Amino acid sequence: MDLINFEATELRLGLPGSTDEQPEIKSTPSPVKTNKRSSSKMDSSVPDEQDSSRSPPAKTQVVGWPPVRSYRKNILQGKKSEPESGSGMYVKVSMDGAPYLRKVDLKVYKGYGELMKGLQEMFKCIVGLYSEMEGYKSEYAPTYEDKDGDWMLVGDVPWDMFLTSCTRLRIMKSCDVIES
Amino acid sequence: MDPNLKKPKLVDRVDSVATGGDPCESTRVCRFPDDVLERVLSLIDSHKDRSSVSLVCKEWYNAERWSRRHVFIGNCYSVSPEIVAARFPRIRSVTLKGKPRFSDFNLVPEDWGADVHPWLCVFSTVYPFLEELRLKRMAVSDESLEFLATNFKGFKALSLLSCDGFSTDGLKAIATHCKNLTELDIQENGIDDLGGHWLSCFPESFTSLEILNFASLNSEVSFDALEKLVSRCKSLRVLKVNRNISLDQLQKLLLHCPLLTELGTGTFMQEVISGPVTEFKNMFSNCKNLVTLSGLWDATPLYLPVIYTACARLTFLNLSYATLRSDELTNLLYHCKSLRRLWFDIYTLPSKCALVFEILECKEKEKGIMVTLFKISDEIGDKGLEAVGSCCPLLEELRVFPADPFDQEIFLGVTESGFVSVSRGCPKLRYVLYFCRQMTNAAVATIAQNCPDFTHFRLCIMNPGQPDYLTKEPMDEAFGSIVKACTKLQRLAISGLLTDRTFEYIGKYAKNLETLSVAFAGSSDLGMEYVLKGCMKLKKLEIRDCPFGNAALLSGLTKYESMRSLWMSACNVTMNGCQMLAKERPRLNVEVMRDDEGNDDGQAHKVYVYRSVAGPRKDAPPFVLTL
Repeated sequence: MDLINFEATELRLGLPGSTDEQPEIKSTPSPVKTNKRSSSKMDSSVPDEQDSSRSPPAKTQVVGWPPVRSYRKNILQGKKSEPESGSGMYVKVSMDGAPYLRKVDLKVYKGYGELMKGLQEMFKCIVGLYSEMEGYKSEYAPTYEDKDGDWMLVGDVPWDMFLTSCTRLRIMKSCDVIES
Repeated sequence: MDPNLKKPKLVDRVDSVATGGDPCESTRVCRFPDDVLERVLSLIDSHKDRSSVSLVCKEWYNAERWSRRHVFIGNCYSVSPEIVAARFPRIRSVTLKGKPRFSDFNLVPEDWGADVHPWLCVFSTVYPFLEELRLKRMAVSDESLEFLATNFKGFKALSLLSCDGFSTDGLKAIATHCKNLTELDIQENGIDDLGGHWLSCFPESFTSLEILNFASLNSEVSFDALEKLVSRCKSLRVLKVNRNISLDQLQKLLLHCPLLTELGTGTFMQEVISGPVTEFKNMFSNCKNLVTLSGLWDATPLYLPVIYTACARLTFLNLSYATLRSDELTNLLYHCKSLRRLWFDIYTLPSKCALVFEILECKEKEKGIMVTLFKISDEIGDKGLEAVGSCCPLLEELRVFPADPFDQEIFLGVTESGFVSVSRGCPKLRYVLYFCRQMTNAAVATIAQNCPDFTHFRLCIMNPGQPDYLTKEPMDEAFGSIVKACTKLQRLAISGLLTDRTFEYIGKYAKNLETLSVAFAGSSDLGMEYVLKGCMKLKKLEIRDCPFGNAALLSGLTKYESMRSLWMSACNVTMNGCQMLAKERPRLNVEVMRDDEGNDDGQAHKVYVYRSVAGPRKDAPPFVLTL
C-alpha cells in the first residue's frame, strides 16, 4: 500500500531534519569532531561537516550504517517493491460511473495495446490512449496511481516501468482529464 | 600387594605444596594413565575450558591436544594451518572465522583475504577424515568447495555464513561428491547464484541429509528433485527452503518429513490452493517436533492461521522475512506461549484511513504533524511489541530489525515504549538486538531493572549521535544503567549521543564484557582508555567514527595480546601511532588499510590489530599494510 500523497495539505513526507520546519525532531549536531577526511566511499557529508541546523546523517547514506548485513538489506528492498510477488500482478481498476471495481493481472499483457483491449472488454467501453496531436480519440482515458501516490496518464512511460510503478488503474471520462 | 605402595592420586604438579610430606615425593607427579585422562577430557566440549585444561601441565596439555576433536579459530590470521595441524593431530571438526565483523557492513574492501584454501590444503593431508567445516566471513571459491568435496571422503557437515567468493557451482560439487553429507547450511553469503541445478546433483543413492538450509538462495530449484531428496532422507530434521517454494509444494514436502524440528517455509502466499482445504489447514499437524519456524515470506492473514497449530510448541520464531502487520503479529504471538527466541522487523503499514484520520485531527497543529505521523507509525510497531510482552513470558532472545533502514521516505519503526513493554512481560530476556529511531535514558533504565539477566545488549538508535529525544541529553545514563544492573553482560553495542561518561560506566561496571561495538560516540581519548583499563575480559573491540586518537590506541599496549582483535576506523589514529604500537608489541599484527585515494595525510583510516602466533600475513593485498 502506498502512503497518501499529501500535496493537498502541503506537507512533505520524510525523515526528521528533511525540512527546516521541524524543530521538535531535530537532533543536536553530532559532537563527533574528527579531523579526518571523508572516506572516498562516503558519497555524502560526514557529521562534523554539516551545518548545525541540519541533523546528522540520518538521510545521507553513511557507509555501513545502520549496521545491517547486505543480505538483509536486499531482502528489505525486495519487500518494499514487491507487495505482490510470485504469480500475477493484480491491480484494482475502477471506472467512473461504474458501481464496482475489477482487478486485472498486468503481467498477462505484453504492452499498452493489449491492456487497453483487456480493459475495453472488461468494461465494455472504448478506452484510448491520449496523443498530443490528436487529443482523445475516445470517451474514456485510462489513468493510474503510481508508487508515489500520484495519478498519471497511462502510456507516458515505457511498459516495463509502468509495470513496476502502477498500483491501481482508474478509467476516467476524457472530458474530466482535460479539465484537470 | 605391597602395603607401602601409594594408591595413584591425580596430583596437580603446579600445586605440589598441597600434598605435604616428603619434598621429593611431593614433586613427583602421580597421574592417571594417559588414556584415562584423555577419556575424561574428551567429555569437555567448550574450547575455553579446553584452553584452561591445556595450561595445567605438560601431561594435560598433551592429553588435551590428542583428545580434541573440534577446533575453534576465531581469527584465521591468529594462527596458521600448519601450527594448528602440529598441535592437534585428531581434529574432525573446524570452525573458522575470517574477516573483521565490520566487513558485513561494507567497511572492508573486497579481496582483503581470509581465503579458506590454504587451510583446506593443509587439512587434506593432516585431517583426511575431517567431517565438519563451519566458516564465517571467509573467502571461499568454487575451487575450494570442489577441493573440499573431493579430498575429504567422510565429509559430513558444511556451514557457510556471511562468506563470499563462491557460486552455486561450488554447491554442485558438494552435492555431487559428498556421499555422507549430513548438513548443508548456506546462510546470507555473497554467493553468485547461477541457478538451482545444484540441488539436482545429489545422487539418487544419497540418503544421509539431516540439515538442509538454502533459504537465502534466490534461484528456483527443481521441486521434483527436492521432493525426492526429502522423501529419501529419512533423518531430515532441519529444512529451510527458499522463497520460490510455494505453499502447495511445502505441503507436499511436509508429508515426507515428520521428524522435522526446524522449518523454513517458502512463500506463504498463493492465489489458489490446489488441494482440499482441510488438508492444507492441517499441513503442520504432521510435524509434532517442530520447534523452529522461519521464512514465511509474503505471509498474509489468510494463510497465517495454518501455522497456529504448530505455534504452541515453537521455541524459535524468525519472522524477519515475513511482512506482518502488528495485528497479524499479535494474533500469531497469542498462540506462541513457549517462545524463547523471536526475530522480526516492523514492516507495518498503517492503513490509509488511519493515517488520514490522524492528519485531519492534527491539522491545527501543523508543525506537529510530522512528529505525529512518526508517532502513529511507530506506535503501530510498538503494538506488536506489546503483544510480545503479554504473550511470550519465556522469551529469552528478541531481535527487532529495522523496516527499511535505507529508505528515506518510509518512517516505520518502534519506539522506546515497545521495548519497555517487552521488558515488563519478558523478564528472562538475555539477548536483545533492537533497531529504533528514538530512545530515552529513562526507558533503558526501566528495561535494565526489568531484565537484569542480559548477556547481549545491542541497541542501535539509527540516527548517529542522537540524544534522548525527550530530555535532549546524551544517552550515557542509558548504557550506564545497563552495565550496572546486568552483571552478566558479555556483549554490548552502543549508539546515540554518547560522551566519555558512557565509557567510564562501561569500564567501571562491565566486568564480564567480551565484545564491545562503538560508533559515532565519545568525546576524547579518555573514552577508549576507560574501556581498555576497566574491562578485564574484553576480547573484541570494534570502533568506528569516534574521536579516539593515538593516546587511546597506545593506552591498550599491554591489553591487546589478551584480546582477539581491535578494529578502529574513521577515528583519529595516525600512522605514527600505529607504528609505535607495532614496534612495542611485535606479537601483534598491526594492519592499516589504505583507502582508495592513497592520500598520504598520515592518518590511519582503518586499523585492525590482532594477536597472532603466525607472524605478519603473507597474503596481504597491496592496500593492507602490516606495520
